[in-house]
Amino acid sequence: MRLMNRNPSRTTALFLGLLPFALLAIVYVLASAARLADNPADKLLPSLSTMAETFRIMAFEEDVRSGDRLLWLDTAASLWRLGLGLAISATLSLFIGIFIGFLPYGRAFLAPFISAFSMIPPITVLPILFIVLGLGEASKIGLIVVGTAPLMIRSLAQTVLSIPREEMVKAQTLGASSWQIALRVVLPQIWPALITAIRMGLISAWIFLISAEAIASTEGLGYRIFLVRRYLAMDVIVPYVAWITLIAYLTDRLLALLSRRAFRWAHLQGDAL
Amino acid sequence: MSGAGKAFVEARGIHVSYDGNPILERVHMSVDRGAFVTIVGASGCGKSTFLRLLLGQETPQKGEILVDGKKIAAEPDPDRGVVFQKYSVFPHLTVWQNLLLPAEIGGSPFLARLFGAARRHAEEAAEEMLVEIGLSHARNRYPAQLSGGMQQRLAIGQTLLKKPRILLLDEPFGALDPGIRADMHVLITELWRSCGMTVFMVTHDIQEAFKLGTRILVFDKVRHDPHAPERFGATITYDLPLDHKAKAAAALPPGILKTHSHQGVDVHA
Ligand SMILES: Nc1ncnc2c1ncn2[C@@H]1O[C@H](COP(=O)(O)OP(=O)(O)OP(=O)(O)O)[C@@H](O)[C@H]1O
Ligand SMILES: [Mg+2]
Repeated sequence: MRLMNRNPSRTTALFLGLLPFALLAIVYVLASAARLADNPADKLLPSLSTMAETFRIMAFEEDVRSGDRLLWLDTAASLWRLGLGLAISATLSLFIGIFIGFLPYGRAFLAPFISAFSMIPPITVLPILFIVLGLGEASKIGLIVVGTAPLMIRSLAQTVLSIPREEMVKAQTLGASSWQIALRVVLPQIWPALITAIRMGLISAWIFLISAEAIASTEGLGYRIFLVRRYLAMDVIVPYVAWITLIAYLTDRLLALLSRRAFRWAHLQGDAL
Repeated sequence: MSGAGKAFVEARGIHVSYDGNPILERVHMSVDRGAFVTIVGASGCGKSTFLRLLLGQETPQKGEILVDGKKIAAEPDPDRGVVFQKYSVFPHLTVWQNLLLPAEIGGSPFLARLFGAARRHAEEAAEEMLVEIGLSHARNRYPAQLSGGMQQRLAIGQTLLKKPRILLLDEPFGALDPGIRADMHVLITELWRSCGMTVFMVTHDIQEAFKLGTRILVFDKVRHDPHAPERFGATITYDLPLDHKAKAAAALPPGILKTHSHQGVDVHA
């Protein structure tokens, strides 16, 4: 049988999926052990137990100076910024995306602007945001919005445009007004695309969040990583990176699950990652 | 041709061209109320284009289309129902929700949803149609979970709930196997008789055209330029009433019958 037609069993698939993770861990453990055998004070590749201990302290013990449990403080601050930024982007993309995709007038009015705007490298806007909005929360959330909204808008507008013309004509022959078609034909078909757009947006949202926090912040996951970088504290940085990855991964899976549960009709054909 | 006074749907001197290439030229047509008009012609000659004109989805560059003596609106409206070959139902709604939609649109301008007595009334009509199109067992399925024939039955049912005076069908059964197609013929004929609509149906299957139609229109080019095939558009070359179907078949040149009848069995996807 052709390789392309062979499917792994459930257990094999699980094993295969875990394999790269295990390999990475093994390589790390071996390299770290080798370096530590050479020099027990080496900071570059701390052992798993050192990292676990540091992570425990960050998560469960109060910081001597501030009295906070730093991991949760940082996580809450970062997730708040990320969530608010993405919520704003999602709302904008839903309304503007339908406006552009559904109405020729909306397309003529906003499509060129959004296309041009989405070409601005978002990081270059950060100084402007800092100057205009100050160094507080607004500028960080602003960066996430500037960085994610234009692409999300374009992706949703495109989804609206690719709803078959036949459906739009059919709805009109049922007597539907533009408003009714937007409400009953376009909007419901856009929800799954919005979730996909959020999942795509999450990737760049994290980048912009960490960048903004690295430059000006007093707490947050990105802030902490760049703060302890000065002391080469790999035992903090590596667990933090893993923690961020875990959160991002779980959010992505959760959104994918939500889409499959809530919009079953959109997942009846084909595999999706 | 029927007398000018009682024509229900009329096309007068229609010209359509895309990118400078004429597709339809000098198309004249006059159809009585309650007719079942079948339309045949070679692939790409402009049958779907003609249907889009009747629908109001496009406007001709020259000429006009009249219904009941009045020029039709430049956009689709509930007077003219349509079933396309594909994408004629809403993929995010179940069979049942698709059948409720016409009433919800008609009865609720802002929410497009019905409640209470109005909803129960709509549900009765939907239930009746559900039985008529034989989809009771599939009530809660999404269109992607239906076979091609079931999807087309749903599309027809949904369209007829609006009780359009004119029904436009663009190769509605093109993708169906002969058995299912025969069932669909029975269904559409019954619905046409009971609703008293005027039907226009494009098909590649000449037997289907003869079996269902009370009148058959053949689209073809009358002028040919061997060096530039796209130079001339098509028009109605044969317009035959089928009250005496055998006589009409005999009137058509054998060439037409042959080119179209072999296409009847292929699946035009
Ligand atoms: N939007 C368009 N822009 C340019 N050309 C078009 C457009 N729509 C249709 N055409 C052309 O018009 C001609 C007629 O198309 P139409 O779809 O009406 O043919 P048809 O008779 O329905 O064919 P078929 O039997 O294959 O469905 C074709 O040559 C096609 O290439
Ligand atoms: Mg066609």
